[in-house]
Amino acid sequence: MTTGKTTYNRRSFLKASLLSGGGLMLSVSWLSSVKAADKMEALNLPEQWAQLNGYIHITPDNVIKLICPNPEFGQNVMTALPMMVAEELDADWKNVVVDMGPHDNTKLGPQFTGGSNSIRMYWKPLREAGAAARQMLREAAAQSWSVPVEEVITKAGVLSHSSGKSAKYGEMASKAATLTVPKGMKLKASKDFSIVRKSQKNVEGKKIVTGKPLFGLDYRADGMLIAMIQHPPAFGMKLKSFDASQTLKMSGITDVFNLKLYEDNFEQGGFDTRTFNDLLVVVGKSTWEVMNARKKLLAQWEPAGDTKDTMSGRGGKREVTVPGGLESTSAQLEKMQEQAKKPAQQLRKDGDPETAFKNAAQIIERTYNAPFLAHNCMEPMNFFAHVTDEKALLVGPLQAPGWVEPTLSKLLNLPADKIEMQMTRMGGGFGRRAYGHYLSEAALISKKAKAPIKLIYTREDDMTYGIYRPMYTATYRAALDANKNLIGFHVKGGGIPEHAIHANRFPAGAVENYLAEGWEIPSNITIGAFRAPRSNFNAAAEQSFLDEVAEAMGKDPIEFRLELLKRARENPVGKNNEYDPDRYAGVLTLVRDKSGWNKADVATPGKETYHRGVAAYFCHNSYAAHVVDMVTRDGQPYVERVFSAIDCGIVVNPDAAKNMVQGAVVDGIGNAFYGALTHKNGAPEQSNFHNYRIIRHNEAPKQIDVHFVENDIDPTGLGEPPFPPVFGAVANALYKTTGKRQYNQPFKPELDKRI
Amino acid sequence: MLWVLRDHLDLPGTKYGCGIAQCGACKVHLNGVAVPSCQLPISAVGKQAITTIEGLSVNGDHPVQKAWLEHDVAQCGYCQAGQIMTAVALLKENPKPSDADIDSAMSGNICRCGTYLRIREAIKSVAKK
Repeated sequence: MTTGKTTYNRRSFLKASLLSGGGLMLSVSWLSSVKAADKMEALNLPEQWAQLNGYIHITPDNVIKLICPNPEFGQNVMTALPMMVAEELDADWKNVVVDMGPHDNTKLGPQFTGGSNSIRMYWKPLREAGAAARQMLREAAAQSWSVPVEEVITKAGVLSHSSGKSAKYGEMASKAATLTVPKGMKLKASKDFSIVRKSQKNVEGKKIVTGKPLFGLDYRADGMLIAMIQHPPAFGMKLKSFDASQTLKMSGITDVFNLKLYEDNFEQGGFDTRTFNDLLVVVGKSTWEVMNARKKLLAQWEPAGDTKDTMSGRGGKREVTVPGGLESTSAQLEKMQEQAKKPAQQLRKDGDPETAFKNAAQIIERTYNAPFLAHNCMEPMNFFAHVTDEKALLVGPLQAPGWVEPTLSKLLNLPADKIEMQMTRMGGGFGRRAYGHYLSEAALISKKAKAPIKLIYTREDDMTYGIYRPMYTATYRAALDANKNLIGFHVKGGGIPEHAIHANRFPAGAVENYLAEGWEIPSNITIGAFRAPRSNFNAAAEQSFLDEVAEAMGKDPIEFRLELLKRARENPVGKNNEYDPDRYAGVLTLVRDKSGWNKADVATPGKETYHRGVAAYFCHNSYAAHVVDMVTRDGQPYVERVFSAIDCGIVVNPDAAKNMVQGAVVDGIGNAFYGALTHKNGAPEQSNFHNYRIIRHNEAPKQIDVHFVENDIDPTGLGEPPFPPVFGAVANALYKTTGKRQYNQPFKPELDKRI
Repeated sequence: MLWVLRDHLDLPGTKYGCGIAQCGACKVHLNGVAVPSCQLPISAVGKQAITTIEGLSVNGDHPVQKAWLEHDVAQCGYCQAGQIMTAVALLKENPKPSDADIDSAMSGNICRCGTYLRIREAIKSVAKK
């Protein structure tokens, strides 16, 4: 995807040293002709491909190229999705190469990476594409050999017939490409899989470990300039005026201008969220020059006041008022406490919760809070754009090309077929790159600068100019009768600017008298999807609360959940329960058995005492449960070991799936302990990794055992589901370790206060 | 050094992550020692040898690179060049690192995807050989 050649010459080296102040000897040792011996190059790819459908290309030399439709951000779809095609194609995986497809919803489907949906969304269509191509190859062989097509069999990329005839796929590919694409192919039974369900290595692994230019920030084009945006210092502010005279004097700077991202009354779709609308832009020749020149800008900012956004899409066209003002975390917390006392919107009600609570012998009530979170993708936001009057080329990291295309079309006044989008590998996403405003910014900057540009956010830009996980709170109440039976359950959740309540999820359906309510406080701080939106807070609060309720009832926390799930299965309360109680119970029993939950000797091996916490959750159609084993190390609680049980149906690529669960566990522990983005007078108080703490090597568990429930259910999500329950399991293990319950995220500052 | 490598020498394997030596994505070897290139002024380099991920091996077959592939370490992959450069420097200085040694050498490198466990396993597998 990169057009630049990896070359080095004396001239570019001298130029570099001149830029740095000149005259210095710099000896750089490098390998001047690095040749990656990766699969692509080793196979010596020819020019001609026979295209059997949007996903499958085969050469006469028998190289099979499979196109990955969905953007890759580390969930390993570039390996897993082609595996599904190759399975039905009966390809030899060793001869398969994979390319990321360009944006083309007609040929490649929805192309959306998010909602843990890639595998689920493409499970049927990609296998059908593979099966159809296999059938076309069989048909081509049958015609060539004058034998009935039913008698042509396939194995590992070879067609054969009992008469002794055989041919590699490549030999029949050109002929097959002329045949009609069959429909309604019968797909393999899962017991016959030979590629799916077998661990296959990351198809881009070699490129990653050799530093190949895979990412958006690595992309370059001839004549490309670098652009950066200076944004207001605080949410609730806007640009008043600026003086760029000093900046323009700096070396390499070609342009400074301001522009408006969306004109008044621009109809925003659901993923057109942007942090600031008035952009102050610096354009220049190199990153370092632009970064330094931007510091010389003299900009004046003023309060933005209340503003209006015109929204379209789901919910129809409407005007939304974004409140002005400079918000601070402390004031936001107070505001949430006040709002929590007021009546809220009823989201679900079963039975008679008011009476249940009135008659209760004991009521347990707890409130949980969590801050805004920044995504902090390792690769900051960036995008390449080259926009002319006739067409636009955009290249970079994004999750949802189909969502931003109509926006670009409107902003650039170009028809969609004149907008070409290519997706690079993403250095993380976590939901952040579903919001395409940075593409729109890059496109408008390129148009105005009349040049190909790459817009780069610095780490500080990325963190302080974010589309954050909202700030949440929830109060849970449980009513117990005199025999310590759970007779009522009530959750009232709120947030800035949205609440996190999933009213139809467990324990809804398992408690006779149930009430869920939600409220919201508007804000000018921009928010959006963050790995398992809403669930990532719910699972922390609800799973901590259930642990406390189980304790009050004198029950084992796993047995207590299993009893509730038994009720939900045998005699469910209410309607629209979203989860399957059997599968939910399945991950709990699996994690109980694999962790040796009830065996004291497993819980206390050797000298250190493991304090255990458990939590489970359902989201994105999958089920996850964790047992967290905590020790005290150097006076600090530390998660040393984790057992995870997951039910996501058929696991396409088991070792990569395990990697994803392990990563979700580490991410969950990190955000539970440290994650927080706070504000003072509208300004984010964290700006880089020195004051926004991310979990590191020494804080990650030494062992994470991942177990999948084995079944033949069509695959469901995996990127998000393991993440939310980690928070609850950590909170419950902290209680066992410290004797204190955790109600406020992140946990670390409160733990430090006690020491 | 980071931006000279990336923008002028067209060696983009060295990554920008934070610009303040907090994440390790930009680590290169200066005389065999892993250092964050974002903090390395060109003027400080003199005649010293710099090695980037592109220069670690001819065919991507350095034992640490091979171990990374064997353990299928990467998720998004963005931080991995920095992790590998740090691990190579660690193993050179300390061929049999303990868990504590690995913690101490590697904790300057953030992996937002959380592949720490596999990084540890990959380092240990090289140490065993």
